[in-house]
Amino acid sequence: MSIRKKVTILGSGSAGLTAAIYAARANLEPMVIQGLQAGGQLTITSDVENFPGFPQGILGPELMESMHKQAERFGTQFVYDNAESVDLSSRPFKIKTSSDEIITDVLIIGTGASAKLLGLESETKLMGHGVSACATCDGFFFRDREVFVVGGGDTALEEATFLTRFASKVTVVHRRDSFRASAIMVKRAKENEKVHFILDSVVEEIDDVAAGEVTGLKIRNLKTNEITEHKADGVFIAIGHQPTTELFKGQLELTENGYIKTNGVKTSVKGVFAAGDVQDEVYKQAITAAGTGCMAALEAQWLLEAEEEEVREQKAL
Amino acid sequence: MSTAVKPETEQTFEANVLKSDKPALVDFWASWCGPCRQLAPTIDAVAAELESEVSVFKVNVDENPNLARTYKIQSIPALILFKDGAELRRATGNISKQQVVDFIQKG
Ligand SMILES: Cc1cc2nc3c(=O)[nH]c(=O)nc-3n(C[C@H](O)[C@H](O)[C@H](O)COP(=O)(O)OP(=O)(O)OC[C@H]3O[C@@H](n4cnc5c(N)ncnc54)[C@H](O)[C@@H]3O)c2cc1C
Repeated sequence: MSIRKKVTILGSGSAGLTAAIYAARANLEPMVIQGLQAGGQLTITSDVENFPGFPQGILGPELMESMHKQAERFGTQFVYDNAESVDLSSRPFKIKTSSDEIITDVLIIGTGASAKLLGLESETKLMGHGVSACATCDGFFFRDREVFVVGGGDTALEEATFLTRFASKVTVVHRRDSFRASAIMVKRAKENEKVHFILDSVVEEIDDVAAGEVTGLKIRNLKTNEITEHKADGVFIAIGHQPTTELFKGQLELTENGYIKTNGVKTSVKGVFAAGDVQDEVYKQAITAAGTGCMAALEAQWLLEAEEEEVREQKAL
Repeated sequence: MSTAVKPETEQTFEANVLKSDKPALVDFWASWCGPCRQLAPTIDAVAAELESEVSVFKVNVDENPNLARTYKIQSIPALILFKDGAELRRATGNISKQQVVDFIQKG
């Protein structure tokens, strides 16, 4: 089916849903193509303690459900599918999902980011069998077990603390001796008796692929190059995120690290705006994603208004 | 949950899943698992569409920890396809409708 839209939004994280709320309230009847992770990254976390307006904190999935409802209330149309290809070579732009083609005057991209992996073959082979990129999803299966968390950012330390609810011992492996994570996260992890640290070190190998389960890790100290073996039942990878920009390669200017290049929220193509983690190499927070989502919707509205004005003036001449 | 998808428990697993005359798809899930909630409507749709081909069950891992242990579930959502009482294949994580259909039909 072919669908004609003024404004189409890719992604249903904080960026996409905030853009939808603004565009819907401006009567632009936006369509949100949600992607497979409806609600975005916050649906795989537990407590969100830094989103303003929730003094007691709020569960990530709950926050995203509320944003969804708010966007729906003002007439946003939702599609539960991935965009499989986009054609940004001329306006209106074309977007294909598995069943529809959407033709749109303006496109707002909020496809966010997904977890980076270590790149080991053993990691891929044991994914779902003791290797995980989501502590809130899989921590439950490691009750009274020993697990490792790889990484040194907020996500890594938050996951380490979260995993102590289940695991008997949680060891954080980080390649530096200082943390990128916020002071409060570091303090919380360090104060937890179950959390241990192996610093200046990287994971060389995850065992045991032949057995089809995680039994241990080989860890290399970057300072001494010494390799040590450790017993492990699970490994949680939290080494950061990469932007979801595969679809736009060759069509939009990207930065060296693969993010969509923006000026404010404007991309290199007129009529295409980007918001949230997909264009943010620095802050990567729900509130900044919401902020840029709002900006993208307002820019979209102003562009459409200016273009309509132009058409009217030309007709008047 | 569509009527084509049946909740399954430890007590009836053998009779319903392992002794099923059709291939049986089991979705291991939990209420606290975001990706499981995202996969649920997909499973409902596939169950309705392929009703003649496959029986579809859901196992709540909180309520059925022994089943989760027996099948060494370490990540959810996890889909396992059983045929004649044996595990044919499994997939973890939230996947698209087409991927679920392919998982059942082709592996
Ligand atoms: C474990 C964890 C804990 C976190 N905790 C916090 C916190 O406490 N506070 C905080 O402020 N931030 C937190 N963050 C960061 C926060 O989640 C992100 O900054 C925020 O979600 C970014 O929103 P976004 O809308 O840009 O992208 P995402 O949330 O990444 O959403 C991307 C969306 O794009 C969709 N998509 C992807 N590809 C396609 C496609 N081809 N077609 C259509 N749609 C597609 C996905 O389905 C998804 O809906 C956390 C992140 C993680 C992983």
